[in-house]
Amino acid sequence: MSSLQPPVERIWWKEPIEGVELFWVAIALVWAIVMFVMMPYWHVYGKQNLSNEAYRTSPETFSNKVKAMVDQHTVRKETVREIPVVHPPEGSDVYLLARLWDWYPIIELEKDKTYRLHLSSMDWNHGFSLQPENINLQVVPGYEMVVKITPNKSGEFTIVCNEYCGIGHHAMTGKIYVK
Amino acid sequence: MANTAEFRTCPDTGLKFHKPAETLMKLNAVAGIVFLLVGGVIGLLVLLTRWPAVHLLQADMFYMLLTAHGIDVLIFWIIFFEIAVLYFVSSTLLSSRLAGPRWAWLGFILMVVGSVMTNVAVFQGKSSVMMTSYVPMAAEPHFYLGLILFAVGALIGCFVFLGTLVIARAERTYGDGSIPLVTFGGLVACIIAIFTIASGAIILIPTFLWKIGYINYIDPLMYRVIWWGMGHSSQQINVSAHIAVWYAIAGVVFGAKPLSEKVSRMAFLLYILFLQLASAHHLLSDPGLSSEWKIFNTSYAMYLAVLASMIHGLTVPGAIEAAQRKRGFNKGLFEWLRKAPWGNPSFSGMFLSLIIFGFLGGITGVMMGTEQLNMIIHNTLYVPGHFHATVVGGTTLAFMALTYWLVPVLFRRDVVLPGLAKWQPYLFGFGMIGFTLFMMGAGTLGVPRRHWDISFSGALFQHQYPEVAYLMLGLMAISGLLAITGGALFVLQIVASVLFGRRRGESKGPVALIAEPVAPGVHGIGIGGISVPGTLVLALVFLVSFILYYFVNWKYLSQVWGLA
Repeated sequence: MSSLQPPVERIWWKEPIEGVELFWVAIALVWAIVMFVMMPYWHVYGKQNLSNEAYRTSPETFSNKVKAMVDQHTVRKETVREIPVVHPPEGSDVYLLARLWDWYPIIELEKDKTYRLHLSSMDWNHGFSLQPENINLQVVPGYEMVVKITPNKSGEFTIVCNEYCGIGHHAMTGKIYVK
Repeated sequence: MANTAEFRTCPDTGLKFHKPAETLMKLNAVAGIVFLLVGGVIGLLVLLTRWPAVHLLQADMFYMLLTAHGIDVLIFWIIFFEIAVLYFVSSTLLSSRLAGPRWAWLGFILMVVGSVMTNVAVFQGKSSVMMTSYVPMAAEPHFYLGLILFAVGALIGCFVFLGTLVIARAERTYGDGSIPLVTFGGLVACIIAIFTIASGAIILIPTFLWKIGYINYIDPLMYRVIWWGMGHSSQQINVSAHIAVWYAIAGVVFGAKPLSEKVSRMAFLLYILFLQLASAHHLLSDPGLSSEWKIFNTSYAMYLAVLASMIHGLTVPGAIEAAQRKRGFNKGLFEWLRKAPWGNPSFSGMFLSLIIFGFLGGITGVMMGTEQLNMIIHNTLYVPGHFHATVVGGTTLAFMALTYWLVPVLFRRDVVLPGLAKWQPYLFGFGMIGFTLFMMGAGTLGVPRRHWDISFSGALFQHQYPEVAYLMLGLMAISGLLAITGGALFVLQIVASVLFGRRRGESKGPVALIAEPVAPGVHGIGIGGISVPGTLVLALVFLVSFILYYFVNWKYLSQVWGLA
């Protein structure tokens, strides 16, 4: 009887299991457990984890926080649109705002120092994609995500939007400098 | 009892077809292939736009067609075909009449109306929201309404399938025992489909009401959580269905029986128990969901489903190996595989589907489904690379393989140009292997998905992706063109066969269309007490690749900025 027909034995659940199958199920299960353990292990010993810190917010509340930070820590302005470059102190709260279709403001950080990065969207879903590091986070409107970041390389990094957000999506880029 | 005049016995396979069920199988399969054709042509245009050297379409057209591509192939092609498969594994394999053919017709009509309505909405140009349609980005109301109608139609199809099982049981059409393994796989797909459609209804109906003004707010995160209850689980319908198809083809081509019913059925059951929550792995980089929740859902739920797939990965080729060895191909490790009918598109398609789904689709799915690793993958081209390996290289290729067998059996026509049919699965399969590998390669280098222009024309800040990313995209496009050629060949051949193939009439053809079942038991085969040593070696090669690649990704992750 093939797989297309009913089992030969009516009481098929009492048939013995093939040895090969038992062996394979056992090692596959062990592997599944190893993969499970890796995640909590990395939370304890790894250096790349997402925090669980997030708040409900609104576009007004969040943009006010961005404005306060920009007013306090702007060091210069760049591009034809005079976008402020903020240089916040180590350990401080850094706010990055996503909207159709830019990231605001430009941020300047220092290597090997830690900052609390806050991300939120003013309108639709956006994707924070830090290039060329390739760190990718979802930015959801109405939610403020806080991640402690510690840049381990200096240079110029681009934030690409990698969640589709309409016709200007491909032009939605931002900058982070690390000194 | 059913009226015997309503049945036709296939002279080649001995299968009994209930005529109303047969008509519905044909219609659903044909509707599916129409959407495969539409979605495939659109896929070609999308591909030619993401090939930086060509960059064919304008942005608005690109996003519109990308929305249509996802919906037409990922939802409409596959679900139409799955309804045909469900009717086949219930009514035909159990020799039973179909429950409520009129309901089945209603379901089919709703699916057609819904799929056409959603396509109209997309092509009108104001619903370029991608398949995921994340709120608060909004499509036109009939975009959602079409999907809802389609889902109701598919739900009716599921209940017709369940009703058919009840009738077959009550009328003892298949004896007193359990349903065949293939039908069991169909039942699992059906149960997951019901969960999936319920999730879809819970989120799409309020979204529709929001769009027409009856609800004023839909929480964007809640939308993502529930939408993925549909979005990912629906892929699990595909997995269950195409694994049922693998077992079916193993039965048809080799007369193979499962190594043990218990293990194969338990593995199917794991899908029902653990898959739904696994959709959390789409949300691993989202705010507002705790790490505990993410880890619990992605590991407890998903890895047990991964375990199930790993079991099928052994038992399907294992069943084939045991059958081949019992037929005398018992020498060495791989005589059974070397002497397999590689020129039969049903077999070659099925086996390539198994390899692509396991090595490319399965392993990469687990990478994305690991909480921390997700951060270096989320929303890059790696993601579509992964799911083209599962849904196109896996599901679609398995369904193509089955279709080559269904043409003579269900439509009673010979496949035209059989010489070309031999090559089709290789063209499509190897094209897809290159396409998905290079796509994932580009994703690893940070190239985003759903992105019209990675040279960022008109943007305030520029980013230059490395040259090798452009090389990957070029190779992706060339492999994609091969796969599309294979897909076009399939559609042409099947349409030509169904319309103009030589009629087989009501007598038995010279070539057997179904193998005699092999005797049960595995005594006297294999090497040193291991009944299926070749399969075991293949499985261990798989496991080693899996482990190496898994830790390579942790190595990548450990090099990026510190995040806490």
